[in-house]
Amino acid sequence: MKFRYLKNVVTLELDQNKCNGCGLCTEVCPQQVFTLNGKVSSIEDRDACLECGACARNCAPGAVSVRAGVGCAYAVLKDMYNIKSRCCDDDCGCSLDGIQY
Amino acid sequence: MSEGQTKLPMVDDHQADSCCAGKQSAIDYGNAAEAGWVNGLIETAIGPVYRINTTLESRDLLGSFKARWGVGRMSYIVPPGLYAVGNPDQSSPVLVSANYKLSFDSLRRELSGLNLWVLVIDTKGINVWCAAGKGTFGTEEVIRMVNVTRLHELVLNKTLIMPQLSAPGVTAFEVRRRSGFKVIFGPVRAADIPAFLKAGNRADKAMRRTCFGLLDRLVLTPVELTALVKPLIYFTLFLFLLNLVSVLLVGDSFQPVFLIGQTFFDLAPFLGAVLVGAVFVPALLPYLPGRALSWKGLVLGLIWAFIYKGLLGSEAGLLETASYFLIIPAVAAFLSINFTGSTTYTSLSGVVKEMKFTLPLIIAAAGLGLIALTISYFI
Repeated sequence: MKFRYLKNVVTLELDQNKCNGCGLCTEVCPQQVFTLNGKVSSIEDRDACLECGACARNCAPGAVSVRAGVGCAYAVLKDMYNIKSRCCDDDCGCSLDGIQY
Repeated sequence: MSEGQTKLPMVDDHQADSCCAGKQSAIDYGNAAEAGWVNGLIETAIGPVYRINTTLESRDLLGSFKARWGVGRMSYIVPPGLYAVGNPDQSSPVLVSANYKLSFDSLRRELSGLNLWVLVIDTKGINVWCAAGKGTFGTEEVIRMVNVTRLHELVLNKTLIMPQLSAPGVTAFEVRRRSGFKVIFGPVRAADIPAFLKAGNRADKAMRRTCFGLLDRLVLTPVELTALVKPLIYFTLFLFLLNLVSVLLVGDSFQPVFLIGQTFFDLAPFLGAVLVGAVFVPALLPYLPGRALSWKGLVLGLIWAFIYKGLLGSEAGLLETASYFLIIPAVAAFLSINFTGSTTYTSLSGVVKEMKFTLPLIIAAAGLGLIALTISYFI
């Protein structure tokens, strides 16, 4: 089952004219946002995007853009109020331990 | 790492005895020789390389347990370098991993019976996804470690298999252009690696998906809880002071045992709020209504406030009851938003939107609740 977060908030954009159909975006996306229709990628499930930026970083022709960032309240708090906290520096304790390798 | 420069007895012996191959390893393995997960040394074209165990021992499990509770978590690391699994040769696959021991363990335990290389890069002891998000598991570090280990002298296939979740930090075509190594993004979970390799480095759709099951969510809760110990102690002291001052004002005799007992009784509803936000919301995540994390926390917090008032706190007065219904949902909602740092699906834009809307409400509710609670002690 797929968890759903807020609707219509993500900054993901795809310029299909630039797409070369390599399909890497469909591979790196952990949320299956993209599908490859023939030789062009398309955004299939936009609201599932978590803005990790894997697709944009690995798009050689630069067809995908997204304001990538870690969707973490600590990081946002720090940004909003300029707080020095234990999180999100080099010694951050991001807690996604061990879910992946 | 403070004790990082320990010399490797096995490497030294080898160099003293050997007449021919004896190439010095370019890798600084630190104190890996003493680590329980090292299982011998193999001679390679780039020098001696440590072989690693593919079974976890009790001390690995204890280490994982401690890290999950935040004990020594930031120094739970593996020396970056190249490691061998089984008896790999120049055509064996190369897997890339983070140097957080928990990540490293979850990889090696899945590799029994395989012959391959594991390139551990320096992610400052942070797991793959978080390190990729910050860029420490990134293009530069991958290229640097390929060069440090002189990997091109060792393997013919010139291919690196990355965890899929490192893709936010690793640009595959950049790595190839600058190091000559092709990057393939493997599966999300280490458990799928044997099947991935067997299928000729192909991941099916299920392997590409993150899952966030009950267990995945629950293992993340202890570290959230440990962060809350300090604020809870302050809050307990605050309640103790309220009890103390109210007793002194009335002029009753000072009974420490009674005061402490009363303090912990008063703490119960709020301790419950912390558990709701930090444990029950993560556990019940898919079953709670709404999309916003704070909404889920609010709903469950209100339910807890009703339960407490209805079953346990029936003697509470109006102000006290009001403070429950203000503080508990506020705390639960705030801690639920915090869980966004642990989820696999929340976007930055979403979190920003949610926080901008809910944070002022949470602060207002908590503030009013605290005022109501304080006054309730003196009337």
